[in-house]
Amino acid sequence: MSKYTEDDLKKELETKEYEYGFYTDIEADKFPVGLNEDIVRAISKKKNEPEWMTEWRLEAFRVWESMIEPDWANVNYPKPNFQDISYYSAPKQKPQLESLDQVDPELLKTFEKLGISIDEQKRLSNVAVDIVMDSVSVATTFKKTLGEKGIIFCPISEAIQEHPELVKKYIGTVVPTTDNFYAALNSAVFSDGSFCYIPKGVKCPMELSTYFRINEGGTGQFERTLVVADKGSYVSYLEGCTAPARDENQLHAAVVELIALDDAEIKYSTVQNWFPGDKDGKGGVFNFVTKRGICETNAKISWTQVETGSAVTWKYPSCILKGNNSVGEFYSIAVTNNFQQADTGTKMVHLGKNTKSTIISKGISAGKSQNSYRGLVQVNSRAENARNFSQCDSLLMGNDCGAHTFPYIEAKNKSAQIEHEATTSKIGEDQLFYCNQRGIDTDKAIALIVNGFSKEVLNKLPMEFAVEAQKLLEISLEGSVG
Amino acid sequence: MELKEKLVASFLAFENKVSVDTDSNVHDIRSNAFDHFEQHGFPSKKDEEWKYTSLKSILKHDYNVFPEGESAIEFATVKKYFLHEIDSYKIVFIDGVYSSFLSETSHDGYDICLLSAALKQPKYKTVVDHFFNTIAAKKSSITSLNTAFSKEGAYIHIPKSTVVPKPIQIIHFSTGNEAELLLQPRNLIVVGENSHVQIIERHQSLSGNVVLTNSVTEIFANKNSIIDYYKIQNDEKSASLIDNTYVQQKQHSHVSVNTFSFGGNLTRNNLEFFQEGEYIDSTLNGISIIGDKQLVDNHTLVMHKHPNCESHELYKGIYFDKSTGVFNGKVIVEKEAQKTNAFQQNNNILIDDGATINAKPQLEIFADDVKCSHGCTIGQLDSDALFYMRSRGIPKKEANGLLLYAFANDALEKIKIPELKTRITKLIAKKLGVDLGFDL
Repeated sequence: MSKYTEDDLKKELETKEYEYGFYTDIEADKFPVGLNEDIVRAISKKKNEPEWMTEWRLEAFRVWESMIEPDWANVNYPKPNFQDISYYSAPKQKPQLESLDQVDPELLKTFEKLGISIDEQKRLSNVAVDIVMDSVSVATTFKKTLGEKGIIFCPISEAIQEHPELVKKYIGTVVPTTDNFYAALNSAVFSDGSFCYIPKGVKCPMELSTYFRINEGGTGQFERTLVVADKGSYVSYLEGCTAPARDENQLHAAVVELIALDDAEIKYSTVQNWFPGDKDGKGGVFNFVTKRGICETNAKISWTQVETGSAVTWKYPSCILKGNNSVGEFYSIAVTNNFQQADTGTKMVHLGKNTKSTIISKGISAGKSQNSYRGLVQVNSRAENARNFSQCDSLLMGNDCGAHTFPYIEAKNKSAQIEHEATTSKIGEDQLFYCNQRGIDTDKAIALIVNGFSKEVLNKLPMEFAVEAQKLLEISLEGSVG
Repeated sequence: MELKEKLVASFLAFENKVSVDTDSNVHDIRSNAFDHFEQHGFPSKKDEEWKYTSLKSILKHDYNVFPEGESAIEFATVKKYFLHEIDSYKIVFIDGVYSSFLSETSHDGYDICLLSAALKQPKYKTVVDHFFNTIAAKKSSITSLNTAFSKEGAYIHIPKSTVVPKPIQIIHFSTGNEAELLLQPRNLIVVGENSHVQIIERHQSLSGNVVLTNSVTEIFANKNSIIDYYKIQNDEKSASLIDNTYVQQKQHSHVSVNTFSFGGNLTRNNLEFFQEGEYIDSTLNGISIIGDKQLVDNHTLVMHKHPNCESHELYKGIYFDKSTGVFNGKVIVEKEAQKTNAFQQNNNILIDDGATINAKPQLEIFADDVKCSHGCTIGQLDSDALFYMRSRGIPKKEANGLLLYAFANDALEKIKIPELKTRITKLIAKKLGVDLGFDL
């Protein structure tokens, strides 16, 4: 048998098509391309939204018009033409479903291809899945179980209809419409997303999960997620994405708002695997996301992120530690390969006393990719005894990629204790040799080492995601050692 | 009138005056730099590099741009600012004008003299043409401003295989004859193969009048050379300093720059290292101890361009009262620079409420076989250590002082001139308000 060399592997990888790159042919209801006040109104009308929501969108749109696209991030990409995008697309039949049998078989097939069969999920993992297929929720499961506890978990469009008082109270409080270019755009045109409310003192009995997919070619996906955990409650929320391969760049500008009231805890986990573009850097999703959470007294927000996809990623899940004794955590793995570019990180803003934050960020770059960590730790003058620990490690594979760190540390209180450390290294030849010697081939050895490198973050993921994430890491990095 | 307009208006007059006796090459350099400055102006907080440091308050003064009058100072009154315990070469300027009385220069085997002389005399032309404004060009508008008005400063040229037996002190005094004074000294230091030199630089105001110094130093270290550079910044509270130092190193050279910032209103240090060869070692050390409403901003850049090089960076800061510390350490490792070892550390202690630290340690790495790390901490003194000392009869103030001294000591250890080390130790003790009870 001829030896399977690294070169072979490389070749195989380069030509390996995006595994999840397929396209489901469901007839979609689509708006003409372009963006103006009429389109915003039309989206709002289509959603049958109340007047205040329409006004809110319009205000965001007016703000957005006066803003310019930011370019401070360490990424290069052709600027999307915002008048060239269709801002609404929904599958034509909008079935009201109680069980899986009623779901369009095409859809079911899609999920089977993705390896996330709904019934299996239902049976085995006790996960309630709110599937967002091209912006409109098609199936919501386990809703009844949740309903008994008083938990609201539904598409945000539905929440606007049925719980307007909650949505009105909290939407835009963490990420205001004026926050940034993409947040403003999202506020104006968001088509759907998820809304979750956990009442006082309730511990959500299952992991809440949504799968987002971009389906129709040429449509941007503007998701809006709002999670409110009332006093003393707990929720673990999962978000995962895969997208079909498209040649033109697709824009994804989501906004996620988390609100943890006194003594509440929110755990938010993401596995992001949008189409990263092919080996020449052609195509791929632009992922410009604003994620932010606010912690009241004794509250805790924990972000766990696994990023393997997207051509360009621009994402900083942040925590505003407003209440005393609140805790913010950020665990992240960002993997970039080929021509991917990622500029990710977090912001921890300490406002309350005795607030704590932890940042663990692992960056892995391979191929010709660029991977940046950009973070801010800010301790305000009244935040006594604030504590922060940050660690950013980068792993470089091959000599054409780059790893960068841009941490900002601002302390205005003398009792603040802040530690930040960063390292950059590559997979040691001796480590590989050790594995080879014990009969583990190079490819497996790399997977092993990368898994070890990312373990601190992978451990934070809920079980179902941890397995998927580990697989993703392997797929993204196979054979990329130089 | 805005300072920028004033500078722009006076440039022509300046050029006419100095260009008579310099050749056209320098004239072109000045004009180009002037254009660059005119185009970009002074940096504002909108510039990423000046995000945490505002020049607004120091630019509003009506500075005298061309101090002319030569003032004499008695050596006795300024003796304490010299490192007088040991023999040394001295290049002294008073209000921007060279003071032959206080200086001790040399042309014996090496040139330790004035930039104005070097720009004029043909025998220095090859060196000046080859090095002057080569690494400082177009770096920043502040540097360009200095270049445009550059005429005086230290010129040090050490030929190959020479060890300068005693340190060189470059001291700038401002007397307060002018109510508000802008100084723009320009230093050029060229060290040949296998040579070694030690340099101490100091800016000192002798009155409470407002002084702004915008200094640019270019340092060229040839193969196997060793340069130790010490900057002592312990000025009056009315004096501000923008120091721009650019270092270019050739293979196997070792350059260390040590910055001690203990005073001044606003101190901004731009320190940039460019490595142009293999097996280079660059060392950057700094200690900042400030109080009141002072600000010290250390901006460093180390550019690794070739394989097998090292850089070591260590900055310690202690901040009292309402002072502000800024640290921005940038390390760039280019694709070719394999086997680079780059270490960066920044430790800070905030003593009082109201003190602020803004740190941004930054790594940009394009090569895979490297070891790069940075660490940044902000914290307090260990209460256990403090308790231990107090339980053994050391008063709180002294215990505090000793611990702070120990905190800064890592960076202090790197000083290679014993007398200077003693001097700095005493300065630190004074700054911390304690008698350490021992001399080092």
